[in-house]
Amino acid sequence: MKLEGEVRIPSGCAISGIFSKSGERIKGDQIIKSIAVMHDRSNGLGGGFAAYGIYPEYKDSYAFHVFYETLQDIKNCEEFLNEHFDVINLSKIPVRKHPKINKEPYIWRYFVNPHETKLQSSELGEDEYVAQCVIKVNATIKGAYIFSSGKNMGVFKGLGYPEDLGEFYKLDEYAGYCWTAHGRYPTNTPGWWGGSHPFNLLNYSVVHNGEISSYDANKRYIEMFGYKCNLLTDTEVITYIVDFLNRKQKLTFEELSEIIAAPFWSTIDRMPKEQRELLTYFRNKFSSLLITGPFSILVGFEGGIMALNDRLKLRSMVVGERRDRVYFASEESAIRVIEPKLDKLWSPTGGEPVIVTLDEEDDKEDDK
Amino acid sequence: MYPNYEVIRNEKKCINCNLCLNQCSNEVFYYENEELCSDDSKCVNCHRCVELCPKRALKIVKSDHVYKDNNYWTKDDLEDIYRQANSGGILLSSMGNPQKYPIYWDKMVINASQVTNPSIDPLREPMETKTFLGKKSANIKRDKYGKIITTQPPQLKLSVPIMFAAMSYGALSYNSHESLARAATELDILYNTGEGGLHKNLYKYGKNTVVQVASGRFGVHKDYLEAGVAIEIKMGQGAKPGIGGHLPGKKIIGDISKTRMIPEGSDAISPAPHHDIYSIEDLRQLVYSLKEATDYKKPIIVKIAAVHNVSAIASGIARSGADIISIDGFRGGTGATPTRIRDNVGIPIEMALASVDQRLREEGIRHTVSLIASGGIRNSADIVKALALGADAVYIGTSAMLALGCHMCRSCHQGNCNWGLATQNPELTKRLSIEQGYKNLVNLVRAWEHEITDMMGGMGINSIEALKGNRLMLRGIDLNEKELQILGIKYVGE
Repeated sequence: MKLEGEVRIPSGCAISGIFSKSGERIKGDQIIKSIAVMHDRSNGLGGGFAAYGIYPEYKDSYAFHVFYETLQDIKNCEEFLNEHFDVINLSKIPVRKHPKINKEPYIWRYFVNPHETKLQSSELGEDEYVAQCVIKVNATIKGAYIFSSGKNMGVFKGLGYPEDLGEFYKLDEYAGYCWTAHGRYPTNTPGWWGGSHPFNLLNYSVVHNGEISSYDANKRYIEMFGYKCNLLTDTEVITYIVDFLNRKQKLTFEELSEIIAAPFWSTIDRMPKEQRELLTYFRNKFSSLLITGPFSILVGFEGGIMALNDRLKLRSMVVGERRDRVYFASEESAIRVIEPKLDKLWSPTGGEPVIVTLDEEDDKEDDK
Repeated sequence: MYPNYEVIRNEKKCINCNLCLNQCSNEVFYYENEELCSDDSKCVNCHRCVELCPKRALKIVKSDHVYKDNNYWTKDDLEDIYRQANSGGILLSSMGNPQKYPIYWDKMVINASQVTNPSIDPLREPMETKTFLGKKSANIKRDKYGKIITTQPPQLKLSVPIMFAAMSYGALSYNSHESLARAATELDILYNTGEGGLHKNLYKYGKNTVVQVASGRFGVHKDYLEAGVAIEIKMGQGAKPGIGGHLPGKKIIGDISKTRMIPEGSDAISPAPHHDIYSIEDLRQLVYSLKEATDYKKPIIVKIAAVHNVSAIASGIARSGADIISIDGFRGGTGATPTRIRDNVGIPIEMALASVDQRLREEGIRHTVSLIASGGIRNSADIVKALALGADAVYIGTSAMLALGCHMCRSCHQGNCNWGLATQNPELTKRLSIEQGYKNLVNLVRAWEHEITDMMGGMGINSIEALKGNRLMLRGIDLNEKELQILGIKYVGE
C-alpha cells in the first residue's frame, strides 16, 4: 500500500480554532473539547493541533518538531541539524501513553538558531535559510520529517482521533494565544504520521477541510519557486502559497485571499476603477494560484489567524466572538461547547476572509 | 490510374437540373449524347454537388478498384511513384498530416468529481473562461505609499481560450478572412492574419487581430504592425516544418497583390528560414525590433513547428523577449505543402506541449511566457486536454475552415475550392457569405465553450485558470510508460 506522499488522498474534515486578541494564553484542553464534538467528521485516520505562544522561554529560536522512523534516522538528521544550526535545546516531546494511539514514531523537539557563518555564506535571510533547510530535510533525509518549524509555536499531530492525540501530546500542559485543530476523514490510510494536519512551514500553519480541484495547477506553479510538494495534500500546497505570497511577496492576508479565493469576474467588473484594476491584475498575474473546489481553511501566523472559504462556500464554517476571544469551527456546536454565550456568531460568505490579530497594546506588554 | 472516388448518380432521383454540372469547378460533369456523365478522375471528393443536389441523387464512393494485395507496397506508394515518374516533381498536398500516427488526445480521459468534492452545475453557477496571455512576473512591487503597482507587460484578453489560427489572405478568400475577423470580434477572441498582410477593409477589426510577420515579410509595414493587438513571428508551421511557403502567381491578383505588396502574377515565396534569423540571438533582435516599432504596447508571439528539440527551443524563445509561444503540431493544416514533409516531419502537439510546459516549469520560467497549442484541435475535449497539459489557449485553423464549409477534400493547393474558401476565383469566392460564415464560426466556438464549461463543472472547476496545467485531471489509456512520462500523466485506475 502506498503512503501519503506517494499517492494523493482526498479527505473530508473538521476544523476548529480559538484566538485571544488580548494575547491571553489559553490552555490546550479547550481546543480538544471543541474538536471532540465533531468526532463524526473524522474517521480516526489523522488529527492534529497548532498552537501559538507556547514557547515564550525560547521565543527567538526556531522550534523544530521532528518525526523519525528509526534511530539511524535521528542520527542522520541530527548530523544535518548540527551542521546548519546551533541547537539550543533538544528533547523527546513528552507524551502520555494512550490506548487508542499506537505505532507512534520517535518524536523529537529541537530549539535551534541558524548557524551564524552558514547563514552568512548562504546569503539568505534567516527565514529563507530555515525554510530551505526544512524542505531539504523533508525531501532528502529518509525517515526524518520536520513537521513544525516556527518560532514560539508548534504543531502536534498524528494518526488517530484529534481528541486522543491531544491527550497523547499532553496539550493541557501547554498554553497559547492561538490554537487550531484538525480532525481528518481521509478516503484511505495515510500510512504515516507526517501526512496528518496541520501542515506547517516557519510560522505558518494551515488546517483545511475540503478537496481542491485546482491542486495540480497550484502545485505545478508553486514548485517553480523552490517548494517541493512531497505530501500531495491540499493543505501542504496552500501553506506554500501562503508562504510565497505573504512572506516572499509581502502581500497582506486580505490581498492574498483576493488571489486564492478571487471574486468572480462579474463582481470585479462592477468594482470601482482602482479596485477593479488591482483585482484584474491579481487574477491575471497569479492565475495559477486561484484555488477552486471546496475548502475552508484556518491559517495561523505570527500574531494572527485567517479563516477563509472557497468562493462558492462549498464547505461549512462559522465564526463566533466573545469578549477578546474569537472562535472558528466547521460546526457551531464546536464553538458552543466551549463558549455557550457568544456576543456574535456569523457564517462568512465564500471568499470573504476573517482576519484576527493580537491587539497592539498587548504586544507592548509582551515586550516588557 | 483508376480514380480513387466514383460519383454515383441515382437516375431515378435525378431531375436533370444541372446544378452539379454548374457548381463543379473541377469540371467533373459533362453531357455526352444528351446524357449527364461524370469524369471521376477529376473528382476531389469535396461534396459540393452532393450537398447541393436538391434530390439527394448523388453520392461519392471509394473506388473498389484494387492492386494485387501487398502489405508493404500500398496503393498510395505505387501511385505516388507513377505520378512522380511522369512529372519529375515533388508531390503536393493540403491540410494536416493524415497518416496513421497515434492520436494522443484519444488516449487521455478527463476526470469528474464524485462524493469527496462536488461537481459544479454550469447552468446554476458562474463558470469563467476569461483568459489572459502575456508575460507575467511573479513579484509584487509597491510605490512609496505602499500601493501595489499594477502595470504589466502588454496582455491579450480572450473570452475563451480559443483563437483562429494564422491563415493568410491569398491562401484564403477575402470572404473567409472577413468571416474570421467578424467572428473573432463578436466572440471577443482573436484571429490571425497569417503571412499575407491585412486587407485595408479589415483594419477595423484590429482589436481582435493578431498580425503575422513571416520570412517573406509580405504586407509588413508600420500601419500593419500597429493594426492588431499582437504580432506573431512565424518561425515555422506544423504542416511543413523547416520549409517556407509558396503562393502561386495565379493567386496574386488584385487586392491580394496590393495587400502583399508584390506585383500581380508573381509567385509569393517565403524563404525557409528568416534570413535575418540564423540563431536564437537573432530572434531576440527581431522580437525587440518589433517591440521598438510598436512602442512595447503589443505582445510578441513566436510561432514554431513542433520538432524533436521543441522544449529546448521553446525555453530559448522564452528567454528571447517573446511574450507568447505558439507551438504547431504535425497535424496542423496548410493550403499547400510537400506531401513527404507533411507526412514525415514534426511531432504530435500533445507530446510537444507536455514537454515544453514541463521544461519551462523545471526552469522556473513558465509564468514569463504564455503557451498556445495548435495543430489538429478537433473538438472541445481536445481543448480541455490541451489546457490540462499546460496550454494557456489553443489556435484552431482546420476546425474553423470546416465551420465555414470546408469538406476536407485536401485540394486547397489546386485553387479550385468549390466552397469558396481556398481560392481567388471570383465565381467561387462569392459562394461563401460573410454573414453566414461568421455566424457558423460564432456558433462553433459558443458550442465548444458550453461543452468546456460542462466538463469543467464536472471536475469541480469553475474557472479555467484552475484547469491550466492541472494534469491530475487527465489519465492515460493504451499508453506505454515513456508516453505517460512525457505527457506527465498517470494511467487510468492509478
